[in-house]
Amino acid sequence: MRKEGKEPLIHISKRAALPWYVAWGIRAAAIVLALVVSALICVIMTGQNPLQIYGAMFTGSFGTVRKTWVTFQDVAMLLCVSLAVTPAFRMRFWNIGGEGQTMMGCLASAACMILLRDVLPNWAVIVCMVVSSIAAGAIWAVIPAIFKAKWNTNETLFTLMMNYVATQLVAFFCVVWESPKGSGKIGIINGNTHVGWLPEIFGQKYLLNIVIVLILCVLLYIYLTYSKHGYEISVVGESERTARYVGIKVSRVIIRTMLLSGALCGIAGFLLTGGTSHTMTTTLTDSRGFTAVMVSWLAKFNPVWMILTSLLLVFLDRGASDISSKFGLNQSFSDIITGVILFFIIGCEFFITYRINFRKAAGKEAETHV
Amino acid sequence: MKKLVALLVALMLCLALVPAMAEEETPKVKVGFIFLHDENSTYDKNFIDAAVAACEAQGVEYVLKTNIPEGQECYDAAAELADDKCTIVFADSFGHESYMIEAAKEFPNVQFCHATGTKAHTEGLSNYHNAFASIYEGRFLAGVAAGMKLNEMIEAGQFTAEEAKVGYVGAFPYAEVKSGYTSFFLGVRSVCPSATMEVTFTNSWYDEALEKEGAQLLINNGCKLISQHADSWGAPTACENAGVPNVSYNGSTESACPNTYIVASRINWQPYMEYMIECVKKGEPIAADWTGTIATGSVELFPVNEKAAAAGTVEKLEEVKNALEDGTVKVFDTATFTVKGETITTYKADVDDMGDFVPETEAIEDGEFQESKYRSAPYFDVNIDGITILGAD
Repeated sequence: MRKEGKEPLIHISKRAALPWYVAWGIRAAAIVLALVVSALICVIMTGQNPLQIYGAMFTGSFGTVRKTWVTFQDVAMLLCVSLAVTPAFRMRFWNIGGEGQTMMGCLASAACMILLRDVLPNWAVIVCMVVSSIAAGAIWAVIPAIFKAKWNTNETLFTLMMNYVATQLVAFFCVVWESPKGSGKIGIINGNTHVGWLPEIFGQKYLLNIVIVLILCVLLYIYLTYSKHGYEISVVGESERTARYVGIKVSRVIIRTMLLSGALCGIAGFLLTGGTSHTMTTTLTDSRGFTAVMVSWLAKFNPVWMILTSLLLVFLDRGASDISSKFGLNQSFSDIITGVILFFIIGCEFFITYRINFRKAAGKEAETHV
Repeated sequence: MKKLVALLVALMLCLALVPAMAEEETPKVKVGFIFLHDENSTYDKNFIDAAVAACEAQGVEYVLKTNIPEGQECYDAAAELADDKCTIVFADSFGHESYMIEAAKEFPNVQFCHATGTKAHTEGLSNYHNAFASIYEGRFLAGVAAGMKLNEMIEAGQFTAEEAKVGYVGAFPYAEVKSGYTSFFLGVRSVCPSATMEVTFTNSWYDEALEKEGAQLLINNGCKLISQHADSWGAPTACENAGVPNVSYNGSTESACPNTYIVASRINWQPYMEYMIECVKKGEPIAADWTGTIATGSVELFPVNEKAAAAGTVEKLEEVKNALEDGTVKVFDTATFTVKGETITTYKADVDDMGDFVPETEAIEDGEFQESKYRSAPYFDVNIDGITILGAD
């Protein structure tokens, strides 16, 4: 009941749900705008033709056969972590600890590769890696879940803090297992014996990773959409009280779902260390635990859509990195470009959910709110 | 219809020939460089300057990738460069090594050159190479300049010959650093025989505060002159504040220490980079281990700061430099140092870095520790008499 004269120039109100084609139109417009602005920045900095910049962006991801494989491998890894955080998000449990849970998976895999290489045959080492990575990721995720379920602690802060603990643990073991001595880094693990390395299928280094993640993606989609567990997650996400009323044990769902989240992160860590990079560093997860939040959110927590959103993010990232190296710019430049693009993509979600009303439009707005 | 088919076939043949013809051209040399940091780090700036100068002198295309950590990022960068048609990929940091080897296995037609690494001679890859420089010669020369300064201060009555103690701020207790401070110390002692040395380690390659503290500790312990092997300006700055003469490394610190900076040695990587480019141009193999020396122009001294140095330093350095070049003076001559009071006649060094830390190579030959002979990276790690390591009991 505001007085006429005191109405602010701008005010924000929630929109009714937009038809899907309008929402996607806004998203497409945001991507186009992002490309225009980043090209403008590039042109100002380099004086290059913007078309060349878009060209570089494309060749950065798909320029050669190898680059294309690397792109799909990156998509698979990002997708894997995104799949992992999604079940928790669907029940409104803000797990931003994907980074740390993945890192614990890497650590467990690396530990098996280093400590068991002289003890067990190759296949047994790989089995140990899978089991221990899943366990490590799950443990890292279930600790904040138990605290949330029992004492209602803030899961966002808790999972975030667990990331730092995981990073420090990895840093510590990098020094313990350093090779060559003096580097403080582990280097490539078992570079000559290949113990604990996932096999190449059809002569393709990254194909196995991609296939595994695609299978996980389908399984998770089925789990979330068609299983009783998936339904319980959705109900808890909608309203904890409703869930309790219909007889769902909320604390059990929280713990069970976070175990799943952590286990999937553990698999991501296992694939990174055993399949992709054969090493362990504090940067191996490459902030995927955080990027995954965006991937999952942009796809509205739908595992199949996430294939597209993770492809988009990887494509932009690799393109930006290629621009900076092709035009002789510092690596930080690619961060600037990625930042600009993400700003637009995230920003557009705001315009999809809310509308901005100017004072003049006040009359009209009242109508739409009926 | 037949004509159309014939035309299409002819067209396809032509198209097929185009790439075939393109391949017959002599492969263009393109060098990709991987640096741990960017030009804000003195260590990497030294490499970046050399890389640009070498490529421009040789007239070849190049790509610089900066801020590449010692992790999977290095493999990714190396593979990306090889994929972008680089014929040589160069990396500048010790921890890059295993990732470079991994990339070298995947791209057998690309030459991978790695500075400061230790594994090329045991890895058995024809396209993977290590390089370093006999920087101990440069440090020996810098030590001579330091020794002359000590002598001057003794003559001026500032302290007695027995009190002539130098301090050294080292990064890590590894062979590279030990070889460095020992050669520096032997240089000091070649002109000031009563000198002793104290060493402290920061356990970091770059930590300005720790290096400053280390230098301060040594000065408080009575060290009359300081040198360092770490990458910040912490130690030289502490010396300038305390008025203690100092010898620097990798870069002249004269601008920050106009009154106390004497001289600095450095590795010039340009000769090696030109060497590897020339090898690829001519289609010749690159040596698995390449050690640059004073003679190749790889080991250099910055100009002496006459304000801080003892009189006659420039002339003396020229004389010792010539002696090092013609071999009449050897840095690690076993007659010039003792271990536990005795001259050593045999010493096993850990040259083959197999992760076992087991020394396996006899390094003493003809009365000299043969540094850089069995691999380019230093492996002298003998604790000689006269040097005290602080904190090591």
